Amino acid sequence: MPPAQREPASPELRSTARLKGLMAAHFAGVDRAARERTAPVAWCTSVGPVELLRALGYEVFFPENHGALLGASRAAGETMGRAHALGYSPDICSYLTSDIGAYLAKKTPLARYGLAAPPRPDLLLFSTNQCREVRDWFEFYGREWKVPVVGVTSFRDVGTVEDHHVDAITRQLEGLVPALEAVAGRRLDARSLEEAVARSRACSDGWRDCLRTSARRPAPLTFFDATIHMGPAVVLRGTAEACDYYLALREELEGHVREGRGTLRRERFRLYWDGMPIWGRLRDLATLFAELETSVVASTYCNSWIFEALDPRDPLRSMARASLELFIARAEEPKQRYLERMVAEFAVDGVIFHDSRTCPNNSNARFGLPRRLRDGAGVPVLVLDGDLNDLRCFSDEQARTNIEAFVEQLEGAGPRASGERARYA
Amino acid sequence: MIVAPCYAGVDCGSWNTKAALVDSTGRIVATAIVRTGADVQAAAERVVTDLLARAEVERSALAELWATGFGRHAIRLASSSRTELDAHARGALQFVPGPLTVIDIGGQDAKIIVVDAEGRRIAHKMNRKCAAGTGSFLEEMALRLDVRIGELPPLAARSTEEISLGSFCTVFTGTEVLGLIRQGKQPAALARAAYRSVVKRVLEMERVEGKVVATGGVVAHHPMVVELLEEAIGTPVIVPEHAQEIGAIGVAMAARQAAAEA
Repeated sequence: MPPAQREPASPELRSTARLKGLMAAHFAGVDRAARERTAPVAWCTSVGPVELLRALGYEVFFPENHGALLGASRAAGETMGRAHALGYSPDICSYLTSDIGAYLAKKTPLARYGLAAPPRPDLLLFSTNQCREVRDWFEFYGREWKVPVVGVTSFRDVGTVEDHHVDAITRQLEGLVPALEAVAGRRLDARSLEEAVARSRACSDGWRDCLRTSARRPAPLTFFDATIHMGPAVVLRGTAEACDYYLALREELEGHVREGRGTLRRERFRLYWDGMPIWGRLRDLATLFAELETSVVASTYCNSWIFEALDPRDPLRSMARASLELFIARAEEPKQRYLERMVAEFAVDGVIFHDSRTCPNNSNARFGLPRRLRDGAGVPVLVLDGDLNDLRCFSDEQARTNIEAFVEQLEGAGPRASGERARYA
Repeated sequence: MIVAPCYAGVDCGSWNTKAALVDSTGRIVATAIVRTGADVQAAAERVVTDLLARAEVERSALAELWATGFGRHAIRLASSSRTELDAHARGALQFVPGPLTVIDIGGQDAKIIVVDAEGRRIAHKMNRKCAAGTGSFLEEMALRLDVRIGELPPLAARSTEEISLGSFCTVFTGTEVLGLIRQGKQPAALARAAYRSVVKRVLEMERVEGKVVATGGVVAHHPMVVELLEEAIGTPVIVPEHAQEIGAIGVAMAARQAAAEA
């Protein structure tokens, strides 16, 4: 496409300034607690049982967020090798290798927030509902700092979430409490837990509402914007600040919807993104899609911080259920049904599956799902090879050609959203 | 007789830059091929000069010049571009009506393109970030067998022995070939095995159904690839005229269509 036809990448939302302040305050707060010992500090996996930690007064740090920052700042390429040399394979999670490598190299993208290093924890809390790597990752630090590593060993590939699944995870959550209390130096208060779960649910609902604004045409929020604005849903889940942020963001986005303002002046096509972001190429991909007047309006990844099962009236069981209902923990069949719902809800013209080399757990192109979705929902699909952080697994030129070719394919297929469906022999 | 105006397509590939000229009736007037080398602009200039000379057409007769291939965005001569997926599908459709599956094997990529009965492209797959299954793989194998790439087809034709190369990776396959040479395997059998390996890798990319059209420089210059493809899928494989220039033809046709619709 000649330069004259190019669209600018989406303009920044007004809320972005508030977001930056919120994230900076979060990092500073955890760092202060770790340095001044004003509160116990825990590291938690991004979709782990953080509400228990909130209820016990922990300041919480999320290493996956740090991994994403390493990827987005493209520092990962410099740090991963240190972990590989230690025996962590280049084929395992590049969040893990980026983060452990950064620790070994004494580097952190948090320096721009004034932190010399990620805040040192008193305890690490994982849930394997997303993958087993998180446990190995946390155990590295547990050995390094001689602090407790506790967690939930979850079910994977869950078809229907049954009561026996929920019972088992609930028992594990109950079993965590004594260890968490011992480090916090206080007892878990039932009311505090209910309040934390209520705030998590409110945060989840607010985030869901923000994401749903892009079901409208033109979409006011793209996947690429959402990977940034989901920050509070990840690191501040269970806090009032996160709830307030999403109320404000929703108001801004709904304003854009009312005014008919999308991220693109002209939205020719709408796509869904499944799988991890390619953190080191977020801006490049956002620009490419904008040039193609194509909006990536929704994603499995950003939806992963919607926990509709959370219920303050039954905190632990609802936390267990919410963790099991996550897309990443589910079997192929419910994943397909979920994607079909998303295709319909967001009226997308196509689905991109990012096959992330080092993240098999969040790569859904490996067991034939794209073809089944294409044939079942009649939606064109594209599989992009890449990685969340290891850009050696990603080819800019090949990705560009694949994406442009996919959009050309949509140009030739006619407007799907108006009801016409491509047929596949 | 050439019916003006004319439309040119330039396919900037990793090894060769191809060009095609079509006239306003859609007739293919001429094609040309030059080495791409390190200077994409110079290659594009050279191939267009060559193309126009072959067609005996002045540059002023060109209404549009569009580009495709990996260097499509860099070619300053071009007023627009299409991806090679689009260009190869359009090019193949000039020779064979849909529905069809296009298998294109180029210097550094391989692609499978599915086209429906109405000529719409409905799916595609490209090779991963890996040279196996492409012309670069054959270059590496020729190097290991100590022959020039052009000598590989007659060498392979001398053997009917089946040797399976097991490695996924071009570099590791090179090592495997060295080991087989030390075991006394004949270069001709190993050349045939290299072609078999290309075919296997390409067919692992996507299910191939219906009419199959093969295009690209590897197909044009290495007939054993086609022979082994036919053997593997059990149906005839159509190799159209201008198999190597099919992308250039396709993008020239796209330029012509756009002008007609403007």
